[in-house]
Amino acid sequence: MISLTINGTRTEVREGTTILQAARFLEIPIPTLCYHPWLKPFGACRICTVQVQRPRGYELVTACNTPCEEGMVIQTDTDHVRQARRVVVELMMARWPNVPIVQKLAAEVGLEKPRFISEMRDEAPDACILCLRCVRICEEVVGACAIGYEDRGIKRKVVTPFHEESEACVACGACAHVCPTGHMKFEPEDYRGKPPEFLLGPNTAIHVMTPQAVPKVPRIDRESCIHFKTNGCQKCVEVCEAKAVNHEMTDQELEIEVGQILVATGYDLFDASVMAQYGYGRLDNIYTALDIERMLNATGPTGGQIRLKNGQPPRAVGIIHCVGSRDENYHRYCSRVCCMYALKFAHLIKERCPEAEVYNFYIDMRAFGKGYEEFYSRVLHEGVNVIRGKVAEVVQAGWSKQEEGTLLIRCEDTLIGKLREIPVDMVILCNAIEPRRDAERVARLFGLSRSPDGFFLERHPKLDPVATSSDGLFVAGCAQGPKDIPDTVAQASAAAARMLATIAKGVVEMDPVRAEINEEYCSGCRVCNALCPYEAIEYLEDKNVSRVNSALCKGCGTCVAACPAGAITGYGFSDLQLHAELEGLLAVR
Amino acid sequence: MNQQQRFEPRIVGFLCNWCSYTGADLAGVSRMKSAPNLRTIRVMCSGRVDPTLVLRAFQLGADGVLVAGCHPGDCHYQEGNYKAMRRVLLLKRVLREFGIDERRLRLEWISASEGEKFARVANEFTEQVRALGPLQLEEAPAAVAEPQLEEVRA
Repeated sequence: MISLTINGTRTEVREGTTILQAARFLEIPIPTLCYHPWLKPFGACRICTVQVQRPRGYELVTACNTPCEEGMVIQTDTDHVRQARRVVVELMMARWPNVPIVQKLAAEVGLEKPRFISEMRDEAPDACILCLRCVRICEEVVGACAIGYEDRGIKRKVVTPFHEESEACVACGACAHVCPTGHMKFEPEDYRGKPPEFLLGPNTAIHVMTPQAVPKVPRIDRESCIHFKTNGCQKCVEVCEAKAVNHEMTDQELEIEVGQILVATGYDLFDASVMAQYGYGRLDNIYTALDIERMLNATGPTGGQIRLKNGQPPRAVGIIHCVGSRDENYHRYCSRVCCMYALKFAHLIKERCPEAEVYNFYIDMRAFGKGYEEFYSRVLHEGVNVIRGKVAEVVQAGWSKQEEGTLLIRCEDTLIGKLREIPVDMVILCNAIEPRRDAERVARLFGLSRSPDGFFLERHPKLDPVATSSDGLFVAGCAQGPKDIPDTVAQASAAAARMLATIAKGVVEMDPVRAEINEEYCSGCRVCNALCPYEAIEYLEDKNVSRVNSALCKGCGTCVAACPAGAITGYGFSDLQLHAELEGLLAVR
Repeated sequence: MNQQQRFEPRIVGFLCNWCSYTGADLAGVSRMKSAPNLRTIRVMCSGRVDPTLVLRAFQLGADGVLVAGCHPGDCHYQEGNYKAMRRVLLLKRVLREFGIDERRLRLEWISASEGEKFARVANEFTEQVRALGPLQLEEAPAAVAEPQLEEVRA
């Protein structure tokens, strides 16, 4: 330990501590500019100058990079110190008069106007003051070394190598984050015309997914986390007192033994950009239902307000139903939920932008559930326009200044028998619910069947709507077919009850369809042993016969067909029964 | 009565419970028209179809036999349909020995969602067997094929 005195206060610090750190520990203010706690001290700005007592007189040193020495006597607020700082600020003031942080320092040292005139004078409020925090963080923390500085003295400048776009830059934004003047700017690219808030930007490399996330803990976005790009940074690990941040964590595969499985793998949304005539991903202000759902959410990017890309509320909104559903070219089925959420959107837009006109373009209005028809008529009374007819296309309205950014919906109004063109400035596409893109793989994995539309097939649409053709496997929700929340909850509850009933019973009822070997006929050839997919047939060496374990046998009958001695009987489908069936079938000409 | 009556073949179909039988059911529920010549027998798996069952069907006077199971990889019993495929392949050779045209035995993969395919297969196969004519077990296939060629040349 080293003992020293700062402004008359005695203290002890560990070896290697800088004067600035010791002073901050004692809560003695020392102004800084180029100093940043994440970076190695640099001593470029000389604002942190302090006075150190020496045997003969005193010495002015920079507090940020001078280590403490035994018996040091330090003054941070003497006339000499103030004079030195004042000159430093004055020089900065002469060069960058409009930078807020320089002005603030000038006010602190009581400086109004510099005495000097700088030939490098820069009037910009966001001028670069050459603290080089950006260059240092890029090298020390990020590890990318994408920016550096060129030349010396007053000509020094922060640049990328050869003044060209740096290939080493990982677009992390750390330089902009530490820049005290805002000279370094970080502008994430806009993406598909969505408001930038829809992006998972680099400043959210660690974030809580949504305010309702379960479990409500932050996660690291590998795409934007600096550590995964340069192997550097790890600042989050340093600041986390609970030591909870772990970059090594990866996805794990766990094996869990269960008796029953509920397949509720949900749905995917139809990619609206496939229907190019609706302009999604091509034109601005065209959203899918899920985008709008996010926008309407109080925790969403606009705080629940409906806004165009330019930040203005829309004057007219078109909601297009059946995008990709009830369509011979894409999905023939009805997605079932769109009519009602489209009406909900209309209602909410009317509520939040009462001036806006809302148009619903529908094929048939399917208000099928409890209270739905009433909601439909309520929305109609709120002044929402409904047009029966399929939209042909959505186009940019025109190129005049007035019409810029507005869209034109071309459609057929089948109720008045006319083609119509309706100008709007926002379009919402109700895209179809479709089976998960990996539904085929999941079906294979579990041995599930799929109906022609690709959703998982239930055992019977009316008599057994939650079970599947495989024992112990159940389906619920949109994995089985498009459905709304009440229906999903009902089906999921039913499936859960079915599974619990099996557990509560304590015994499992099995189909009587299974195989049995007549040991008197069995020659012990073991042909059946290898055929059984369930390894249900064991060979009894002492008796030289095979025997079926009836708890494992699922009754497929492969062994029955293969037994050269005809010793195996498949109950329910025995040779006798099948031959009798054949005779019956072929008895009549 | 001089008018020649169209030959209506009798075809036996062995359909697996999980895919093809459900597919046939779907065809029925969807009110698809398919040839009534196909008379179906439900088995739990196409792997249950014992070659003797097929031979017995021909012996009892069937003009064609259809074995239908799940698509490869989709078998409810993991691999029963592969076993059916192997058996049908070998059985076709045996049929030749018996003097039965191997086209009278057909193997198809029909999934539970392919009601339309079931109807198509039933119609196609019926037409194919109708073209082959009634099964006459005494005739050897060579004896059947030769005169047909000569007829064409003449």
